[in-house]
Amino acid sequence: MSIAMRDAYGKHLAKLGGEYPELVVLDADVSSSTRSNIFGKEFPDRFYNVGVAEANLVDIANGLAICGLKPVVNTFAIFLVLKAADQIRNVSAYNSLPVVFVGSYGGLSDSYDGASHQAIEDIAIMRSISRMQVIVPSDARQAELALDYALKQDGPVYIRICRNEVAELPEPESFDGNAIQVREGNDITIAANGITVGFALEAASELKKEGIEAEVFSVPFVKPMKFDVLEKSIRKTKRLLTVEEHVLDGGFASAICEKLMLSGLMPDFDSIHLTDFAESGPYDELLKKYGISAENIASRARALFMKGAHR
Amino acid sequence: MTAEDLFKNPNQKLRARELSYLAAFFRVEAWNILYERGTGHWGGAASAMELTTSLYFNRMNIRSEDPSWEDRDRFILSKGHASINLYTVLAYRGFFSPEILPSFRTLGATLQGHPSMITTPGVDLSTGALGHGLSVGLGMALAARHLKKSYWTYVLTGEGCLNEGSSWEALMCAAKYRPERFVLLIDYNKVQLDGYEEDIMPLEPLRDKLVSFGWNVPEQSFDGNNTGDILKSFVWLDNEDKWPKAIIYKTTKGMGVSFTENDNHWHGAKIDDESFKKGLLELGSDLSRREIWL
Repeated sequence: MSIAMRDAYGKHLAKLGGEYPELVVLDADVSSSTRSNIFGKEFPDRFYNVGVAEANLVDIANGLAICGLKPVVNTFAIFLVLKAADQIRNVSAYNSLPVVFVGSYGGLSDSYDGASHQAIEDIAIMRSISRMQVIVPSDARQAELALDYALKQDGPVYIRICRNEVAELPEPESFDGNAIQVREGNDITIAANGITVGFALEAASELKKEGIEAEVFSVPFVKPMKFDVLEKSIRKTKRLLTVEEHVLDGGFASAICEKLMLSGLMPDFDSIHLTDFAESGPYDELLKKYGISAENIASRARALFMKGAHR
Repeated sequence: MTAEDLFKNPNQKLRARELSYLAAFFRVEAWNILYERGTGHWGGAASAMELTTSLYFNRMNIRSEDPSWEDRDRFILSKGHASINLYTVLAYRGFFSPEILPSFRTLGATLQGHPSMITTPGVDLSTGALGHGLSVGLGMALAARHLKKSYWTYVLTGEGCLNEGSSWEALMCAAKYRPERFVLLIDYNKVQLDGYEEDIMPLEPLRDKLVSFGWNVPEQSFDGNNTGDILKSFVWLDNEDKWPKAIIYKTTKGMGVSFTENDNHWHGAKIDDESFKKGLLELGSDLSRREIWL
């Protein structure tokens, strides 16, 4: 375990404030949670806390972007995508404005606050909006890389941030839309979105004991998704298991399936995803109860492997 | 000045009578185009014609030959359904040729159903969904402060925009940051799509609400269909120190065509042949009357 993803993000944002004089940061009364307050303390003249008013939050950012500034919008992921959907769709996206949307407390990571605060539909909503890019970092370092990437774009980008500490991955060779391989194997491909990759790696270690070699990928880019690295692996293993901290409808597995169909690939396939609203509880236990655990990934991967083996 | 002189140089700063004539002329243009196309919104476009004409031909610091000039004053038509109003004014202000006005709402046209800043020169914000103008305008005004620029940001809303909750978020927020040269203009015709404002969503006491939200609002009311009155309101803008500022203009929805005035049916109704002819006669005689005053 390393630094919490939101802490890494907040520190990096403040660091980038020194590099980009046109960077402005906005928050909706949750800056001590999102960690945008680190930037706010360092650059008070470039920080706007607009209160609990997400629609206004996003449209102020849009106005700043139209006039040449680089706004980074922060609030809880679920409130951002639901309460400011009109502002994001009709102003940021339609006009291709370079606004960075940082949805904090993504997935179930606002675990104790319960279903009202947990973002399990944000990827689907943002992915459906034209001209929007969607990135779900897998660890603290990827959160920094996602911000670096987003600030160089000409249009809007959504980054989903986890509240908590997550397993640290090796530094990726590139962060450009492609899947990032974190383990080599020949028997099954596991494509893990966001923080689920740590559990996938644990599962792979278990599977190895049984002689099953899983090839594991961190796939932070949901949109645009470059598919060549994953496609190569799937052609090799002929089995694919996706894992995401999001509902199936319109989420990560949904994006992968579209790519599979368009590529003419028909691997043995399974998906681990959330199936309903969750509840309050400790994050790890919550994830486990709702299927995101090394045990469940190993079990589903094993079943997928056996299915193919019987053929 | 003759009517002909008005069109020779779009950069000249016009006086009240000239603005009045021009607004009447734009109404004729809008009426013709909406009839030809069989689609679009007459009522709210007509009610705000003197306001937009006065801004663009008397007040705003803009360069039609350089629509994205960084120091230009900004105008947001938050009530984007009045797009034909803005297009007509922009065309005759020199942002594009009036010849393309009839392409309004046709496939492939730069003149989209609602204003689009990505297709039409001179449009400072794409609008359509109501309630965006105040927040985005606030962002633009705050950007001016960051960039140490002195441009003005004008936001024009109707009642519909002020029904939206996000507008009140922005009204609160503007009073927190108080950016200079940020102005809300309200086209207060008291008729919205479904009926009278007082039946659909009463806004009164509107001035008291704005003042209690921290805005500087003149006590006197201005007639938004009278260019002399509008110019007086601009004097008020220049003589007041406290920001942000809002002006409530009393206007008439569907102004200029008697049977469309104050009738919510004409918010967005298709103009039939008979109505068109009757309306054109009225608008034509209004234009002639205003020409005599020139």
